[in-house]
Amino acid sequence: MADTTQDYTPGSHPDLPPPSSEVGVIGWLRHNLFATPLDWALTILAVYLIYVLVVPALDWMLFSADWAGETRDDCSREGACWVFARVWSKVFIYGRYPVEELWRVNLTFIIQFVGLAALMIPGVPYKKWTGIFLLIPYPIIAFFLLYGGAFGLEPVETSLWGGLMVTLVIAEVGIVASLPIGIVLALGRRSKMPIIRAICVAFIELWRGVPLITVLFMASVMFPLFMPEGVNFDKLLRALIGVAMFSAAYMAEVVRGGLQAIPKGQYEAAQALGLSYPKVMTFIVLPQALKLVIPGIVNTFIGLFKDTTLVLIIGLFDLLGVVQLAATNPDWLGFAVEGYVVAAVGFWIFCFAMSRYSMYMERKLETGHKR
Amino acid sequence: MSEAAQASPLQTSMSEEIAIQMIDVHKWYGEFHVLKDIKLTVNRGERIVICGPSGSGKSTLIRCINRLEEHQRGQIIVDGVELTNDVKQIDAIRSEVGMVFQHFNLFPHLTVLENCTLAPIWVRKTPKSQADEEAMEMLTRVKIPEQAQKYPGQLSGGQQQRVAIARSLCMNPKIMLFDEPTSALDPEMIKEVLDTMIQLAESGMTMLCVTHEMGFAKTVADRVIFMDEGEIIEQNRPHEFFNNPQSDRTKLFLSQILTH
Repeated sequence: MADTTQDYTPGSHPDLPPPSSEVGVIGWLRHNLFATPLDWALTILAVYLIYVLVVPALDWMLFSADWAGETRDDCSREGACWVFARVWSKVFIYGRYPVEELWRVNLTFIIQFVGLAALMIPGVPYKKWTGIFLLIPYPIIAFFLLYGGAFGLEPVETSLWGGLMVTLVIAEVGIVASLPIGIVLALGRRSKMPIIRAICVAFIELWRGVPLITVLFMASVMFPLFMPEGVNFDKLLRALIGVAMFSAAYMAEVVRGGLQAIPKGQYEAAQALGLSYPKVMTFIVLPQALKLVIPGIVNTFIGLFKDTTLVLIIGLFDLLGVVQLAATNPDWLGFAVEGYVVAAVGFWIFCFAMSRYSMYMERKLETGHKR
Repeated sequence: MSEAAQASPLQTSMSEEIAIQMIDVHKWYGEFHVLKDIKLTVNRGERIVICGPSGSGKSTLIRCINRLEEHQRGQIIVDGVELTNDVKQIDAIRSEVGMVFQHFNLFPHLTVLENCTLAPIWVRKTPKSQADEEAMEMLTRVKIPEQAQKYPGQLSGGQQQRVAIARSLCMNPKIMLFDEPTSALDPEMIKEVLDTMIQLAESGMTMLCVTHEMGFAKTVADRVIFMDEGEIIEQNRPHEFFNNPQSDRTKLFLSQILTH
């Protein structure tokens, strides 16, 4: 019989490497691109589509594009006219912020960039202090740097703000405010106390039930009507509050999803150790719940980031708003496509960065517990 | 039922000798009467095993002792303090009463060591270095100090349950509750957990164990309590309980679990 050639004792079979057709480049190609006739067809179709679509797009954007020059006459019209983007770049980033004060905006964002980098790059020490700095003193510093009016800094009205700067201010305030408010609302909605629960449910359903455009219109048109004569809130501030409340309502439901996924045994084990409700939530439930819903949280952040474009309708000029403004400038008519590409790339960079960072965080927080 | 109350001979002695006292306790889940007129006194250092068919209320009974479940009638006095709606008092009692669960309920986002030090640091306000030291001592006691830096998800079931025991012990509890600690374990791992529990029993800990491990009951328990349909049917020393059960219900239960 065949089993006479067995050259190992039972229970000690060695681990053998897999056959070469299963691993390496060839294995990958076989599995992913050419596994079945349908895969063959799809692969060929994909290559064809890349040739038809991506090659001309790259040609327009890079190889036939005009880069040098100062006016529209420097563009040969063969490909994209990046002269347009370069001439308008200051407006795209700062709006109508006074040119001699631009260092204030730059300094604000440099501090933030350094702070965020220190927070996100593993191995950089003092993470706790960096986080506290970014959350408490930094917003105050940023306010005085951007708005001025103290420490000898010229006040710069928010009506002069614009471009990427406004996009980032609205998105960041929205992100930083919506997460804690959302967590509080989510906890409130699961509270045992009926009044707190009712208030949270009403708040969430009210904000979630109306479109953001309505919220912004309310903030800019209706809200001043309810205010006493002479009291005037800044338009940007109203938009900020509207956006923050709106995304907090969404965030609350995302967080609630995470809270519901935590097994009852976790609460019980924590309570049985004598931890009080705030400590159970802070140390046991929320860290796990928030980790579970990182994709949902970042989804909400990205949605919020892109929704900032809606502030255009109440007369604030974010990145997309100033791009449209530039594209309709009589001297630069006909370059709308270039403008939209710039806006799209701008938004994409930030959204993609958030997406990648969230994936990194998910991997980092994985502790191998799948229950 | 009256024999239940009589079976605790030390009930009337000095009050500091009594760890837990349940007086005429009733509990309902909605319409369902889950605990009926429970009278139970547990002395310090006493080891009690509670057994009974599933749904008999034995888990509910021990979960009432640290108020994971609320009772609706009667009194429960733990370590001289009556359980009421006072949240502070409940937290204080919980910090004195350790509990081990069927499904371990370790905190998966914390390392084994952090699982053990969390409550000492945040409830007892123990300095971190001291809490670490004590936790390592407890982990050594349950024979897994080398796993301290791992996450619960990387351990076997038996190891996880031993960490859960160590986590409770780090609070220096006066009473330990075990809710079917070996029911979710593979047969190979039951022994290591039982050995830990026996070792704990020998150290003089007051223990209440809901378990189906009759061997454990025979060797360790001072008293075995049998429950059915929310009532304490019978309680006795293990030797009498197993060899000379009084009620027919107990006889039926014992014949079913001991013959397979």
